Parts: sequence; C-alpha cells; structure tokens
Amino acid sequence: MSQKPASASPGAVVRKTLVVDCAPEHAFAVFTRNMGRWWPATHHVGATPFRDVIVEPRSGGRWYEINAEDEEGQWGHVLAWEPPQRVVLSWHLGTTFAYDPDLAHASELDIRFHAAGDNRTRVEFEHRHIERHGEGYEKLRDVLDGGWVGILDEFAKRAAAAEAMGPAQ
Amino acid sequence: MNAYLNTGLHALADPTRLAILQSLAQQPRAVADLARGFPVSRPAISQHLRILKDAGLVSDRHAGTQRIYHIDPAGIAALKAHFDALWTHVLDTFQAAAEATAPTATAGGSGRPKAMEDKHVAKARKRVARRRR
Repeated sequence: MSQKPASASPGAVVRKTLVVDCAPEHAFAVFTRNMGRWWPATHHVGATPFRDVIVEPRSGGRWYEINAEDEEGQWGHVLAWEPPQRVVLSWHLGTTFAYDPDLAHASELDIRFHAAGDNRTRVEFEHRHIERHGEGYEKLRDVLDGGWVGILDEFAKRAAAAEAMGPAQ
Repeated sequence: MNAYLNTGLHALADPTRLAILQSLAQQPRAVADLARGFPVSRPAISQHLRILKDAGLVSDRHAGTQRIYHIDPAGIAALKAHFDALWTHVLDTFQAAAEATAPTATAGGSGRPKAMEDKHVAKARKRVARRRR
C-alpha cells in the first residue's frame, strides 16, 4: 500500500455550489430526511435497488439504504449534525459503489446550507480527502498500460470542448 | 460540461503530456531523462510536468540535485473526475426534489431550470443579481 500524505492535497477536493429555490430548513430536510425519494436510483450498494435511504439525524448516526426485502446496506456515518446549516457524512463507497468499512479509505462529504434571500438557499458541497479512495500505484500503472488511454482521450476531447466554450462571464 | 474543467483531466488534452504520463507510469524519471525520450526541449518538458503536477497526475521528490517525477500514486485526477460527475448528477436530482416540494412558491420564481453551477458561474450570477436589485 502506498504512503498517503498527512494533509489533503488541493487535488483531493471536489466542490460544488448551487442555489436552490427554497428555504434552508426545507433544503436540509429534503437532503437528509427524504434522501430515498431523490437519490439517483441507479446508485445503490446492494444487488437490488433501494426502497429508501436513511440518514440517522444525529452525530454518530448511520447512513444506509434499505431494499424491498428490508435488507440494509451501509453507506457511511454522520460525522456532524447541525440542522439546518450543515451535515457532514463519511463516504465509504469509492468508485465502485461498494462499501469499504475501513475509515482510512473513507472520504468526507461536507454539505452547508446558507440562506440566500427570499426562500433561497445556497448549498455548498465539498467532497474532501478523495485521495483516500486511491487504489495504488500498481493499479494506475495497469490501467495506463491497458485500455485506459482511449478513456483519457475521450475525457480530453470533452474537456477541450468545455474549455472552448469558456467559463461563464 | 464545465465539470471537466475541474477534474484535472484537461491536462491530458495534449498528446505530449499523455505520453509523458505513460512514460512515468513505466518508471519514475528525472527531467533530463524524460527530455532524451521526447523531441521537445527540456524547458518544454518542465512546463508539461508542472501542468501534470498541478492537475494532481504526477508528484515529484528530490534525489540529490535532481528532481524525480512519478505518477501520482492515488490517481487523484481520475478519482476527481469520477466524483465530479457523480455529484453533479446527485445534486441535480436533489435540487429538483427540493424545489418541487418547497412549501411556498418563490415570488420571483421563473420556472427557469437551474443547472448545477460551478463556483465561478455562481459568482457571476450573484453579480448579476446584485445589479438587478
């Protein structure tokens, strides 16, 4: 296993900001209490689709899915619970959407809900410590040697197309 | 679509950089060593390495007077690309659900769909909103 840096490198964070037309209390409630109603049905841990996704409303709570047979599939844990401003969740699912219980392999989702005027909420989403999902040097070398180049080419083309459009001024 | 600008993978839009990355995947190398294998100048190689490093694709370490480059052990750029796409999708569905179930309609709501916004887009939008007020 490769040595992981002690501090998160800048490359290890994905951030998203969006403005939602509702109050922070509602945005927080939909995000945490009704996750099973909006989470993309294509993304589940178990072999069958979930019927609900539960975020236990407390620090230290569990985050899990329940399928039609009432079987549970672990997703992560609640690391911070500060309704309606903030929730922090541990993310154990890597790139394959399979649960890895090892905290050393888990990243963190930090979601903040700020009031942004009349019934509007600015949601700041941060996924940090992504490097903890790394699969190691050997694995990357394998994919680079194998068929990964085609995938990179495709990414490069799309990136170039996005760049040509330019950032919104 | 702008999600790709944040992933670091645009660093690979250049064929020389992709070739450098593949070369480093074989074994870690110093700049001089790399320069021998490519028909470009040593400063150009250094420039490519800096871009790859900023994108999280390669790292370096000192060995005496030399700097040895190696591919990033965790493949962070690829991980970022994966999660960037996932969170764009997830937050889009969240936003649609939150707005569809909001108890009170927004006075100025126009029904205009709000796509996921990167930070600079959000900032631009805020500037516009301030001007409107």
